[in-house]
Amino acid sequence: MREITYRQALNEALDEELTRDRAVFVAGEDVAIYGGAYGVTADLWKKYGDDRVKDTPISESAIVGLGIGAALTGLRPVVEIMYIDFIPLALEQINNQAAKIRYMFGGKCKVPLTIRTEGGAGRTLGAHHSQSLEAWLIHIPGLKVVMPATPADAKGLLKSSIRDDNPVVFIEHKMLYNTKGPVPEEEYLVPIGRAEVKKPGRDVSIITYSRMLLFSLEAAVSLEKEGISAEVVDLRTLLPMDVESIVKTVKKTHRVVIVEEDCKTGGTGAEIGMTIMENAFDELDAPIKRVAGADVPMPKSPVLERLAIPDPERICQAVKEVLR
Amino acid sequence: MMDKTLAVQLLKQMMEIRQFEDKIMELLAKNVAEGGSHLYAGMEAVAVGAISALRTDDYITSTHRGHGHAIAKDGDLKALMAEILGRKTGVCKGKGGSLHLADVSKGNLGANGVVGGSIGLATGAGLSIKMKKTDQVVLCFFGDGATNQGIFYESLNIASLWQLPVIYICENNFYGMSVSVKRASAVQDLSKKALAFDMPAETVDGMDVLAVRESVSRRVNQARSGQGPSFIVANTYRYYGHSRSDPRVYRTREEEKFWRERDPIPNFSRKMIEQGILSQEEVTQLEEQVKQAIEEATEYAIDSPWPEPEELYTDLYA
Repeated sequence: MREITYRQALNEALDEELTRDRAVFVAGEDVAIYGGAYGVTADLWKKYGDDRVKDTPISESAIVGLGIGAALTGLRPVVEIMYIDFIPLALEQINNQAAKIRYMFGGKCKVPLTIRTEGGAGRTLGAHHSQSLEAWLIHIPGLKVVMPATPADAKGLLKSSIRDDNPVVFIEHKMLYNTKGPVPEEEYLVPIGRAEVKKPGRDVSIITYSRMLLFSLEAAVSLEKEGISAEVVDLRTLLPMDVESIVKTVKKTHRVVIVEEDCKTGGTGAEIGMTIMENAFDELDAPIKRVAGADVPMPKSPVLERLAIPDPERICQAVKEVLR
Repeated sequence: MMDKTLAVQLLKQMMEIRQFEDKIMELLAKNVAEGGSHLYAGMEAVAVGAISALRTDDYITSTHRGHGHAIAKDGDLKALMAEILGRKTGVCKGKGGSLHLADVSKGNLGANGVVGGSIGLATGAGLSIKMKKTDQVVLCFFGDGATNQGIFYESLNIASLWQLPVIYICENNFYGMSVSVKRASAVQDLSKKALAFDMPAETVDGMDVLAVRESVSRRVNQARSGQGPSFIVANTYRYYGHSRSDPRVYRTREEEKFWRERDPIPNFSRKMIEQGILSQEEVTQLEEQVKQAIEEATEYAIDSPWPEPEELYTDLYA
């Protein structure tokens, strides 16, 4: 199969959906002429013009607001918030409006809105351009939250998100844009809400998502050399969470390490952990361990930044601890 | 000379809103209506005059003080009353309530519990219209308080930049809860706020239903013919406090009296009688008719069932 980057995969998804459905349009800061801060919307403006690929002012709240209004009245907007760190500027619109409108209005309307954004550390951009805020978003009933790790999942899930009749926050990772992977040439979709076992194993389950999948797979390879067989589960969607797949892997290995880049306190890992406690406690042979981001604003210095997020070595350590 | 059907429509809707709100106040006092409600009494001429300038396929967005907009946008009194009481038969199945009255099928994109919360939505509906190349328009209601919110500036900038068919109508009732415009806004003439976006703006007497209708009609025509957005400030007054727990210590009884003397309903009735368009009997009859309708709506709402427990989890996702 051909290999393309995560960035190209996303670009193809947007391109295909823009062609497929006249109701789809793209709007956000620097998405048109510039092609997106990370190049995801490159060349789309040339192909579709101002009417379908729109540069907006730097107005995050209004960008999401107009996406909601357009979605409510029959379009299928894909809006971009350049960094997840800017999501707080639009959080009122996401939390109070996008996620709640359908329910508040008694199910008599829909909000088919995709909010693309990008998060995570790794480029030493400091505290305002490196956060992982997904835990805030999974606390909002009515939203879907998608965080793909591979190019194939990125494309298939973005297409599914655009076609979904609900508001979806689609969170990319800045360190994944240049990663390459096999992506089918023919049309395909990846369903929202389904995890995938990216590497089967016997002894322990590493449950993770987004960039931490890559670190977890790296850790699994080193563990294999030491005779430890780790199963790596990529959640891909955080909301709704695939409880069934989580329970399944716990029943198989009976030991769990959760790997997440966001801050540990009140983080996504806590939700995954309690999901296991509520659904598969009797299957556990050891306490669950979290390898998570440090509870600090992301520091600039590359040395400190590396310490603030999980790495393969610490994942290996945690695995060995739950196997003890 | 004015069309009689229109005169009846305007007067009837204003009466419906006034009596609806008086009834809600009564139900709140008796604890039949739980929670709170922000009442529109006093401001009827704005919603009725403005929405009368629209076609049925045009959109509105509303505010936390949204009963008047919902009624004027072809709202069903029974379904609205039931919604405010949280009943299954409510327009939002009892899941929205006073703060979230909406009926997208009738072009009402919803009231909003957040001040300024719907200004972005209205702008998006305008974008939708422009992209679909229909000649609909959006009427975006908000209060004086919302003109101090960030999304107001973000949205009006985009609407003017992209020439969207949105009429932004500020219902200036001079208070954001208890804080007067004098104490909240550096600019007292709120219409000046549109200058920053090169957007045409005007101020209208919001107690005069025909003045509001005339001004909005003109702006609607401009928007429909591709001349972009506009900003209208309608000066008006809410008779009740911000909500039921409000003792109104921030304003004087003299000020309230001043505005009540300019009440849009008797003033419009008088004018119609003077011009020979309606007779006193017809006005009295209309009032009785509305009273009956409000009583029926109230009875319907009170007799309506509560939502079933299993409805807690329905309607979350499409």
